Amino acid sequence: MKNLFSKKNLIWLGLLIVFFFLFQFLIDVRIITPYYRTVLYGIGIFIILGVSLNIIIGITGQLSLGHAGFMSIGAYSAAIVMQNMPDMTGLLLGMVVGAVVSILVSFVVAIPTLRLKGDYLAIATLGVGEIIRIVILNLEITNGASGISNIKNLISWPLLFVFVVGAVVLSANFKNSAIGRACISIKEDEIASEAMGIHTTKYKVIAFIFGAVLASVAGSLYATTYYVVKPETFGIATSINILIIVVFGGMGSLTGSAISAIFIGIVNMLLQSYAEVRLITYALVLIVVMIFRPQGLLGSKEFGLDKVLGFRPPSFKKSRKENSK
Amino acid sequence: MSYLSIEHLTKNFGGLSAVSNVSISVNEGELVGLIGPNGAGKTTLFNVLTGVYKPTQGKVILNKDGKSIELSKLPPYKITHQGVARTFQNIRLFKDLTVLDNVKIAMNQQAKYGLFGALTRLGKFYASEADIEVRAHEFLKKVNLDDLAYDLAKNLPYGKQRQLEIARAMATGAKLLFLDEPAAGMNPQETHALTEFIAKIRKEMDLTIVLIEHDMSLVMNICERIFVLDYGKLIASGSAEEVKNNRKVIEAYLGEEE
Repeated sequence: MKNLFSKKNLIWLGLLIVFFFLFQFLIDVRIITPYYRTVLYGIGIFIILGVSLNIIIGITGQLSLGHAGFMSIGAYSAAIVMQNMPDMTGLLLGMVVGAVVSILVSFVVAIPTLRLKGDYLAIATLGVGEIIRIVILNLEITNGASGISNIKNLISWPLLFVFVVGAVVLSANFKNSAIGRACISIKEDEIASEAMGIHTTKYKVIAFIFGAVLASVAGSLYATTYYVVKPETFGIATSINILIIVVFGGMGSLTGSAISAIFIGIVNMLLQSYAEVRLITYALVLIVVMIFRPQGLLGSKEFGLDKVLGFRPPSFKKSRKENSK
Repeated sequence: MSYLSIEHLTKNFGGLSAVSNVSISVNEGELVGLIGPNGAGKTTLFNVLTGVYKPTQGKVILNKDGKSIELSKLPPYKITHQGVARTFQNIRLFKDLTVLDNVKIAMNQQAKYGLFGALTRLGKFYASEADIEVRAHEFLKKVNLDDLAYDLAKNLPYGKQRQLEIARAMATGAKLLFLDEPAAGMNPQETHALTEFIAKIRKEMDLTIVLIEHDMSLVMNICERIFVLDYGKLIASGSAEEVKNNRKVIEAYLGEEE
């Protein structure tokens, strides 16, 4: 147990608390206006989406283009439950319902599709995202094309903070465990991974379901933040937007995804008032970054306290010194 | 009863018989070589033994702790759980990971926590991770790679990469190793170092080793018995001396006399 309260974890905890109260203060004194607050919530939701897709694509190496589908499951679950229970219990219950549905759907989808590789898997998951969207479009309970509106707005900075931090911490724990190592080995070399005794199908399915559940939670937050859910919101374009966050931040880097979600959110906000050139500028920024940093902002590395504080295994320093000689 | 017995094994690809009716038995603790000209079916045989291919006919039996396990019915990862591991002809390390992580992945079976433990870090997570870390370092010390523990696998010199691949296979807890051309692409010094390495680990860890090799200096030096394949058929077996003087073997490598 003592490791749970290691120096590193405590410093992280301290930083998070400071960060939380700083933003709470800025919101209270209205330096962060309601407009910026909505931007902030959007960024938070996309951090969860980016990190969760990174588990599937960047860590396990399975190219999925249907992430918005799982987001929509969470969004609609929350919206439907909250129509009858427009309070916090309703939101949390909706999240749970969404998560359970996502587990079922992703499990059914994962078994056949994860046998495919690369392009084929991408196309199959793209299809899955579309199927989910079309099912929602045609169901009675989801109110078809007009979607569900007047969802109660329950989002707040503390709520968002808890879920974003929770999702990132869970994802980081996932990555830095035996399960995460198994997933990374699948990305590195599936045949070798299997030869090392790793049940590759099992771990691919676990990663896929884990990512789907987090996406669903982000979807529930989305529903309560923007009051309205419509099938068209969760199309291919949204899946691609999440993919852009992952590629831009660096495949396999969870902190990279978080930073890139923040960066892209801010760029989008700054360009909001130039509607005509917004998409062009946005695309140009992406192209420029991809030319100069094809591996993404952070590559596969993580931004962590190890670097800042100089926690390094002794032999690492040694071999570094020898290399530089 | 022999440790590993390959019984009448056949693997056909369409009309081509890559391995046909091969029977080999290997005793516990033996170091056995498998040689043959290019395209003789050596790697195919390895792929069948490690579950990558299902045999068309015949079976592979591992006799371990008084039990007979039919390997030819298991998928690759389950074969590895039975204490059988392999290396590849073209090195298949996890290139972008450190040497330490390569070994840790091989030791994944030893993790004593599940998904819940990994996500919440409650229960045995920290103890189990610390344990794996210590074991991985101990293991790397045994194979003289610990000073490179934090280097990326792809940055290792070629000879060390080969060595790491063998070490990683052993780290799965394997007692039976299949080495597919461990000395491929090595210069004589590296081959010599590898020969010593194989002899050393085998003695220290009680391994049974089957290796494919084209480098005869390695095969003749350390293999106690040699099997020769040609066109998928077993054409000779015996000690290095016997095989060297076998007429069929000479014909397979050099062609028949006019």
